[in-house]
Amino acid sequence: MTMFLTIAVVVLIFVVIFQIAKASEYVSVLKGEDISRKQNNKVNGFLMVAFLVLGLIGVWYCNKLYFGKTLMAQESASVEGARVDSMLWITIAVTGIVFIATQFILFWFAYKYQENDNRKVFYFPHNTNLEIVWTVVPAIVLTVLVVIGLRNWFLFTGEPPKNHMEVEVTGKQFNWIFRYPGKDGAFGKKYYKNIDDATNELGLLWDDQLGHDDVITTTMYLVKNKPVKLIIGSRDVIHDVGLSHFRMKMDAVPGIPTTLWFTPRYTTNEMKEMTKNPNFVYEISCDQMCGNGHYSMRGVIDVVDQEEYDVIMAKQKPKYLTTFPEKDPSKPVDSVKVAAKMAEPATKPIAKL
Amino acid sequence: MSNEAVLHTHSDAAVHEVHGDQSHEHHHHETFISKYVFSQDHKMIAKQFLITGMFWAVLGGLMSVLFRLQIGYPDATFPWLEDILGKWAKGGHITPEAYYALVTTHGTVLVFFVLTAGLSGTFANFLIPLQVGARDMASPFLNMLSYWFFFTASVVMLSSIFVETGPFSGGWTAYPPLSALGDASDGSKTGMDLWLVSMALFVVSSLLGGLNYIATILNMRTKGMSMTRLPLTIWALFFTAVLGVLSFPVLFSGFILLIFDRNFGTSFYLSDIFIKGVALPNEGGSAILYQHLFWFLGHPEVYIILLPAMGMVSEILSVNSRKPIFGYMAMIGSLFAIAILAFLVWAHHMFVTGLNPFLGSIFVLLTLLIAVPSAIKVFNWLTTLWRGNVRFTPGMMFAIGFVSLFISGGLTGIWLGNSALDIHLHDTYFVVAHFHIVMGVASMFGMFAGIYHWFPKMYGKYLNNTLGYIHFWVTIAGAYMIFWPMHYEGLAGMPRRYYDYSIWESFKQFTELNRFISTVAMIVFATQLLFLFNFFYSIFKGRKVTVLNPWGANTLEWTTPLRPGHGNWPGEIPEVHRWPYDYGKDGQEFISQTTPVGADESHH
Ligand code: HEM
Ligand SMILES: [Cu+2]
Ligand SMILES: [Cu+2]
Repeated sequence: MTMFLTIAVVVLIFVVIFQIAKASEYVSVLKGEDISRKQNNKVNGFLMVAFLVLGLIGVWYCNKLYFGKTLMAQESASVEGARVDSMLWITIAVTGIVFIATQFILFWFAYKYQENDNRKVFYFPHNTNLEIVWTVVPAIVLTVLVVIGLRNWFLFTGEPPKNHMEVEVTGKQFNWIFRYPGKDGAFGKKYYKNIDDATNELGLLWDDQLGHDDVITTTMYLVKNKPVKLIIGSRDVIHDVGLSHFRMKMDAVPGIPTTLWFTPRYTTNEMKEMTKNPNFVYEISCDQMCGNGHYSMRGVIDVVDQEEYDVIMAKQKPKYLTTFPEKDPSKPVDSVKVAAKMAEPATKPIAKL
Repeated sequence: MSNEAVLHTHSDAAVHEVHGDQSHEHHHHETFISKYVFSQDHKMIAKQFLITGMFWAVLGGLMSVLFRLQIGYPDATFPWLEDILGKWAKGGHITPEAYYALVTTHGTVLVFFVLTAGLSGTFANFLIPLQVGARDMASPFLNMLSYWFFFTASVVMLSSIFVETGPFSGGWTAYPPLSALGDASDGSKTGMDLWLVSMALFVVSSLLGGLNYIATILNMRTKGMSMTRLPLTIWALFFTAVLGVLSFPVLFSGFILLIFDRNFGTSFYLSDIFIKGVALPNEGGSAILYQHLFWFLGHPEVYIILLPAMGMVSEILSVNSRKPIFGYMAMIGSLFAIAILAFLVWAHHMFVTGLNPFLGSIFVLLTLLIAVPSAIKVFNWLTTLWRGNVRFTPGMMFAIGFVSLFISGGLTGIWLGNSALDIHLHDTYFVVAHFHIVMGVASMFGMFAGIYHWFPKMYGKYLNNTLGYIHFWVTIAGAYMIFWPMHYEGLAGMPRRYYDYSIWESFKQFTELNRFISTVAMIVFATQLLFLFNFFYSIFKGRKVTVLNPWGANTLEWTTPLRPGHGNWPGEIPEVHRWPYDYGKDGQEFISQTTPVGADESHH
């Protein structure tokens, strides 16, 4: 019913507008095209400046309403992200000035040079000096922006500091799996054909001893002020590890591991205070279309300080031990069985990292 | 083959000329089919492209209204949606499957069917022969085929909407493995096969059209029409065609490999995949390879969309400022620079795919370099207005609107092109705002400008001015209200292609704004229907054009009869004596290209 009403109203509005338009066309024919064109010209010339003024007010108002809801109003949660922010401000300043100046000139000229019987048009087909100026000036400004940008880019994509930790992130439709290398600091090998959703979601190869202490989690725990390097992959389609609070992101591509590093500088609890939002969490948003559940592919990062981190990690059981509870040294086991299990996989070739 | 075709038609055209001299009437026997359906007249083909494009614009626009309903009113239910969409809107609520199908189809048809075929198909066909002074295209037959390939592509795309598993729903960029594996998403089943077939047909259409445009511009200019006397529309359409001919085949090859991966067990793009409980045998492929092939077309594609609009805007601004375009040679130079650079920046869409950082830095440099010729164009347009005598015809208004939008959207390109910023903004609503303003809306404005300006030549009628002004003001204000605030959503990190934001602590603060945007989108859509009404009503009942040259323009199309027949000029094709922008020279309001240079005329 409301649907019908809406359509009826819309059609009515259309009819009215159409009638007015038709009538004004008749009037303009009666008055003579020249005169009516000049009248239209005046109206539209006025609307051009009106649009400029209202538009700039709108820009200001939009900023007033929404600036506080963007990340610009929050400090970057990573050391590297702070560089993104400062670059953002420089770019805003440069493009903002150009924006206001050119839009102003455009609509002002349109208004000022609207048709007028007394004006003699200035025949001005070209002017080499002017053209050189507005080729060279943008080129110089852009060079500056490129230099700033590339310095940051090489930092972001370069090697992380020596003291960094590593976490492996694997995307799948539609969630994230995190793996920590454990005490030995090295990841065990994995091969996708070993994947089994029930027992081995990453396809770890158990004949690689390095993997025996690897820990798999569903929340990513990071340490404040400790650089972290993410080793990113995917099990199925392309995903993307989107870390908007840290100002970083990187695709997760099946078959091609990628990396990303940054240094968190506030714990989750500190962020709760800084943003005055008790529900604040660091979220990983999937930023690459990956199927119908793309919008719900959410991961959570908990940034804590070193002590808390050690406590959390001490509580995690390596995947190897949860898969083979009988291997757990904290539980009594049949030693013969263990020896047999350990010997057997060594004969299998390790196909792939 | 094209050479032969050109030669062939040359002699053909010569014959026409002889005929034309005596009488135009006995031309040939035209039936309804040969005149309106399988027409070989470039003007009719142009109208066919235009009207098919309009059909898709309405459908694509309607799709955006539907998915904006979901984003704007995620909690509301609309029972009538279930009536029209059936299982795709169970309980009056668009499902995620439907949402992604709508977004994907919207993107595909607007980029390719509306702004490529509808825009350059229409105006290249209509304007090239008329403005270079030719009787028709180099090969009218291939030209006709170009339209019919497009038509078939349209039919196939349309049919994909009705298959059981739905149309393709993996985004218009169709990245594999998502697009390669039916197990990854229902939309990647039959829907994707149809999508690929449709796009393949579309590529053929573009190539046939493009080769024809290039051949016509290079070989069939009338006497005196040197390259540097061509209107800027023609230069722009020329570079557009070159871009298309060189880049569409690369896309095509990308699609072929995708078809192989989908159907014949190859592993071009697939490696290490475990899906639906099964580890696939494919190893050693690269999903990134597809992205390179796609964006090698994809970036030039944005200029394929934009250049015709730039060309028409240059022409219309000059005509209605009653003043020459400023820096004609610089305009051609910047078009040329853009065309070259368009091939060298594709990887700026791939900064965060794990691209080699050094390679990334080269693409940053080249990308920001494009801003220079873009800036030149903007400053030249502004200077064209300066000290002119501006007439606000609806075409002129849209041309001015185009410049405003191109500035706004081009400037955010400088943000995104800098990889260290893109790492933050990539695939957020900031990108959506950027490319809609600079490519989507701006090119639509170029298209509207062209339609309002050349409608009198196309149909011998005027469009209603008042409706035109309403159309313009609502559309430009609406476009800014829709897309400007999206920059803020992007700066909050809000990802694009999300069906629902309510579960996200970081992105759920924009419900009100999303509702506002959706509401404005509906109003703007309704206004486009007003334009459509104006268009069809005016074809039949519009005010008749009674003068040959209603805008007082210099170019050749206005020297044809009010309703030119096939062959365009009844007598000989006029000879050209000067460039097309002698407005306000020596106190004369305009001097047509066909006027010989006077003995005491000043030099510029
Ligand atoms: C000043 C010139 C421009 C620069 C520097 C620029 C730069 C960029 C960059 C770097 C991206 C990738 C952003 C991302 O994925 O995060 C992008 C996206 C895009 N740009 Fe531009 N651009 C410019 C002008 C244009 C023009 C003129 C058009 C269209 C005619 C256009 C259409 C697009 C489209 C469609 C996308 C979206 C791609 C996607 O699906 O992710 N851009 N632009
Ligand atoms: Cu995703
Ligand atoms: Cu691009």
